Amino acid sequence: MIPAPFKAVFNGYMTMAIEHGEIEKIAELSGIRISDEEIGQVTERIAEILQMVDQLQAVDTHNIEPMANPLDAIQRLRPDEVTEANRRDAFQAIAPAAENGLYLVPKVIE
Amino acid sequence: MQWETVIGLEVHLQLATQSKIFSGSATTFGAAPNTQASAVDLAMPGMLPVLNKKAVHYAVKFGLGIGAQISTRSVFDRKNYFYPDLPKGYQISQFEAPIVGKGSFEILMDDGSSRTIGITRAHLEEDAGKSLHEDFNNQTGIDLNRAGTPLLEIVSEPDIRSAAEAVAYLKALHSLVTYLGISDGNMAEGSMRCDVNISLRPIGSAALGTRTEIKNVNSFRFVEKAIHHEFQRQAEILEDGGKITQETRLYDADRDETRSMRSKEVANDYRYFPEPDLLPVVIDNTYIESIRQSLPELPAGKRSRFTSQYGLGLYDADVLSSSQPLADYFEVVAGVCGDAKIAANWVQGELLGQLNRAGGTLAKCPVSAAALGHLISRILDNTVSGKMAKQVFEAMWAGEGDADEIIKARGFLQVSDTGAIDAIVDDVLSANAAQVQQYLDADDAKRKKLVGFFVGQVMKLSKGKANPQVVNELLAKKLA
Repeated sequence: MIPAPFKAVFNGYMTMAIEHGEIEKIAELSGIRISDEEIGQVTERIAEILQMVDQLQAVDTHNIEPMANPLDAIQRLRPDEVTEANRRDAFQAIAPAAENGLYLVPKVIE
Repeated sequence: MQWETVIGLEVHLQLATQSKIFSGSATTFGAAPNTQASAVDLAMPGMLPVLNKKAVHYAVKFGLGIGAQISTRSVFDRKNYFYPDLPKGYQISQFEAPIVGKGSFEILMDDGSSRTIGITRAHLEEDAGKSLHEDFNNQTGIDLNRAGTPLLEIVSEPDIRSAAEAVAYLKALHSLVTYLGISDGNMAEGSMRCDVNISLRPIGSAALGTRTEIKNVNSFRFVEKAIHHEFQRQAEILEDGGKITQETRLYDADRDETRSMRSKEVANDYRYFPEPDLLPVVIDNTYIESIRQSLPELPAGKRSRFTSQYGLGLYDADVLSSSQPLADYFEVVAGVCGDAKIAANWVQGELLGQLNRAGGTLAKCPVSAAALGHLISRILDNTVSGKMAKQVFEAMWAGEGDADEIIKARGFLQVSDTGAIDAIVDDVLSANAAQVQQYLDADDAKRKKLVGFFVGQVMKLSKGKANPQVVNELLAKKLA
């Protein structure tokens, strides 16, 4: 699945430049902060990657089933059994903040 | 303008597995926070998901229950978004290749009409944890017990046209999944959660209007209210010449309104891609067939069998087939007493009435189906009158013994002995000479009413024990 902001590039022909705005949107969705100084360089490098993708796009993939995983194997299933014990104390000992059994994070409100 | 409502529902169904979909943590409801959250559920580095066989089995079972196509090859994808109760930063879901494809099922409306609602797809995914925003000094508390609980997301076609149909759909779905045994269907514990997609269009128009999605609608009643509210809101905007914004809205049950979740606008780009930590899930037709063979009789099939086998009306058949335990209970009562229609009346009237008053479930019902069947057979063989039987039933409910013991102990035995009733009838006729004369002077129509008076008097004198049929016969003879 191609991320939507890239899709326009993929579907067009080569060298359709990616805009700063798109990079900013992807950065926001990815939870990455890119400074104004960096953004030009990042845009350039992603554009190069997209050029490589364009080369790949040129291959005729008609009638080829999309590959979900490079391993030629299928998923093994496990029986529905509870195998995990309660290790809350160990996990919360390494958590930055916990109280009353809950992990605490900076306030998020909808 | 007259508007038509177009509704599609997305139901998140919690599957009744013992362990989580990708880890061996327990899924028990109500455990202390984070005591059922393993390293996998917490997204510790290097942890890998391993798929639960039972979750796949349940998804296939559901697909077969709605006559859907089952994918022999399905793929898990990552749905990416950031929220603290989703520690991995993505939810493992299915996007391009869900396990269950197109299907449909029938819903029955209160007026007896039925409609077929299409199911677009159903896919497996993991639940997120819970965020608690109160009481932590401007911090949010995270409980990851629910993270990784297996969900089946069931997506309907936009085939639903009213709030009443939406509720009928959810009830039918609830009935189906509890019959299949794939979910406990406990709405209060969040086992069935619903997102509503709703748009309006002028009646007669084929094009779809712009829709909004309402999240957080977690009871049948709230679904109905949220749809009514959103219909009003959209109709007002459209009638003022405005446009509907496609957005996610949150239903607030306390205020009975929906409001925009603006934070969802930017985030609504989930950048799905195949989950590299899981391989494609491949199942074969032998496996699918073996599950098909194990399917129980489903609500719709049972309903139609109840009408044909027992001669019940559609409404009675629908109520009695709505849950497996109730249907089983009814069938035992009918089998023991031998009269399905009276059994249906008793189960729906006395039994469900008492259960509702007591707020209990059939599993905890103090009167067994066999015991109720036996009581009804005592009405049918004239041991006790229908009226008295209700008192016997209440005594049985209170644990005073079985029907025969109570009838004997309380002296409820119905008197069918003609000699004894004969004497009472004579007493009543001689004490009411004026009414007898009135009866003799009356035409047929009026006579019927007057007979009722005499029957009432006889029943009163016999303290309700006289067999009404015998009383009627004797009166007819003596008044001739």
